[in-house]
Amino acid sequence: MTKTPVLEIRDLQTHFGAREGLIKAVDGVSMTVNRGETLAVVGESGCGKSITAWSVMNLVPKPGKIVGGSINLYDRNGGSVDIAALDPKSAEMRAIRGARVAMIFQEPMTSLSPVHTIGNQIVEMIRLHQPVTKKEAEAQAVRMLDRVGIPKPTERMAAYPFQMSGGMRQRVVIAMALSCNADLLIADEPTTALDVTTQANILELMKELQAEHHTSMILITHDLGVVAEVADEVAVMYLGRAVEQTDVFTLFDHAQHPYSRALLGSIPELGKTRGQRLTAIRGMIPHPLNRPLGCTFNTRCPMAIKGACDAVEPDLIQTGPHHHTRCLAYQNGYTHHFDKKPEGAMRPSETIGGRAHV
Amino acid sequence: MFDDSKTKTVLQVEDLKMHFPLIKGLMRRRVGTVKAVDGVSMTVQQGETVALVGESGCGKSTLGRTILRAYEPTAGHIHYNPRGSDNVVDLAGLNNNEMQKYRPDLRMIFQDPFTSLNPRLPVVDIISEPLRANKIAEGVEAKDRVADIMRKVGLRPEYMERYPHAFSGGERQRIVIARALVTNPHIVVADEAVSALDVSVRAQTLNLLQDLQDELDLTYLFVSHDLSVVEHIADRIAVMYVGRLVEFARAEDLFRRPLHPYTEALFSAIPIPHPKLRGKQHRVQLPGDVADPANPPSGCPFHPRCAYARDICKKEVPELAETGSGRTVSCHRADELALKGVL
Repeated sequence: MTKTPVLEIRDLQTHFGAREGLIKAVDGVSMTVNRGETLAVVGESGCGKSITAWSVMNLVPKPGKIVGGSINLYDRNGGSVDIAALDPKSAEMRAIRGARVAMIFQEPMTSLSPVHTIGNQIVEMIRLHQPVTKKEAEAQAVRMLDRVGIPKPTERMAAYPFQMSGGMRQRVVIAMALSCNADLLIADEPTTALDVTTQANILELMKELQAEHHTSMILITHDLGVVAEVADEVAVMYLGRAVEQTDVFTLFDHAQHPYSRALLGSIPELGKTRGQRLTAIRGMIPHPLNRPLGCTFNTRCPMAIKGACDAVEPDLIQTGPHHHTRCLAYQNGYTHHFDKKPEGAMRPSETIGGRAHV
Repeated sequence: MFDDSKTKTVLQVEDLKMHFPLIKGLMRRRVGTVKAVDGVSMTVQQGETVALVGESGCGKSTLGRTILRAYEPTAGHIHYNPRGSDNVVDLAGLNNNEMQKYRPDLRMIFQDPFTSLNPRLPVVDIISEPLRANKIAEGVEAKDRVADIMRKVGLRPEYMERYPHAFSGGERQRIVIARALVTNPHIVVADEAVSALDVSVRAQTLNLLQDLQDELDLTYLFVSHDLSVVEHIADRIAVMYVGRLVEFARAEDLFRRPLHPYTEALFSAIPIPHPKLRGKQHRVQLPGDVADPANPPSGCPFHPRCAYARDICKKEVPELAETGSGRTVSCHRADELALKGVL
């Protein structure tokens, strides 16, 4: 089966002009989402994964701005539109938002209006994007609520968000996001605020609905367990850049970038790490105003080479048929520096130095 | 009361209850009771890590806090055996004055390092506050102890005059840990101590907690909803549901072969660690929501969601009883069910 892209992000740059200086929250991100697939974007807080998502919705909060790169959204006939070039307030962008690209937010309590019934909120959403009567929209909303597993959907239409549990509210948010049959769904930490049992149910539901509607999805998460469960592709981000993208199986077995490897090593694994020490990544994430020169990970990287990694910015290199990595160890002209690298040498020291910045 | 074998029992909780009144209206009428902790019994050995797990609202945090006497328990006993002593005191029966003596022994690590540190105090004041409050040390002596504990948790004592904003999330959590440990405590309740941290920092913090436990002979009560973290760090696990203990056992036993249907369902929901295992694990779907602790169902509180429920489960509350293998479980059908573990 050939893969057709539904979204191609190329060299996206979203910057924030803060008083203290220019924060490059997203600085050269490239990633591709294929039709019907789920791309998981993983990384720690501050790596720019959420800002990437906001950029795709063209809803970057002030004072942020998309300053470079392209975000091409393809329709089923092969036509494309560059979201990055559209005015966030234009009619064209508003027609895309919600209808072709929909978003599920992390906290279902804050993304629903507390003073409107959930029925009203879903109906409003449907009628904004589809030329249907109120009755038809209501029927459609009840069907959606039923589909996402809310018991007694007709009665629940009159409920307010505070009358529902966290899991139920997240189901409502999913129902809203799906009610317009968007091509691309962006889920920003959709299960982070939920209990494991509810998380399992919601992930299951999202998988089913995705298969039903052939929706593509960008799943933003920091939980590698969730990634293992639902993703097809994974992009690993660090300090505003994608450092590695490949399919989920390759990432878990043959991650290339030292950051991806360290990230995988730092999660406790059931039945394997009991009583052992976890492999922590030394140091802290640098402040975005004080990015290290060269490779942004070099200050914490166990295999960083002085004079190379702290001077040369690595490119995102194709390292396999379906594997991209941003590391000098894989870049022409630099690989010889890393010949002596001990494979899997991820034993970091744990002493914490002072802050790199003021 | 305590047996004299190799391991010493530091804490024995007996039928502990913590009920909160539900107050409504202008007249502050009492309209009901939230039974956050409703009859919990457990023992904790010196130097072990006992994890309290369960879904949100199950009472795990309240149990941890009640044991520290952050609340006045409604009923029950908390028998505590202080370090280097054979005496046993019932913390539940003490008033605030009498409790003062034991406060330094029982300390807490909070979840969010961003909200639990006063932004207007330098780190040295934050960490030394329990020393002053408990009249343990002042002045130069307090400063020395702060420097000492900062070194132990991996912070540079030179930075003690700085304010919390100058530290990153992981470093702040180390400050929170240092503040908890500066009084040289015996029992530490870690309430979601690593939940707000990023994975790389979380690993550092978990390693640190384990090192400190060995070094300082600490007993942890580890409250967490993250079951893979719990499996990593806990010796024994107490699974709670609507204010009650449903099962209490060694971590390995619990993951290999749960005895309570709720444990089975809860653990089966843990995300799989590798994409190759997709669809291969056995997952128990739990219908409905967690019961309301203000209005729990009759009989076993789990029966409306339990796939194995019988008539007796609707009528009688199962006792927390010991099985042959020294495990405790509260289920009418524990002996007949063969439940699946996740290991």
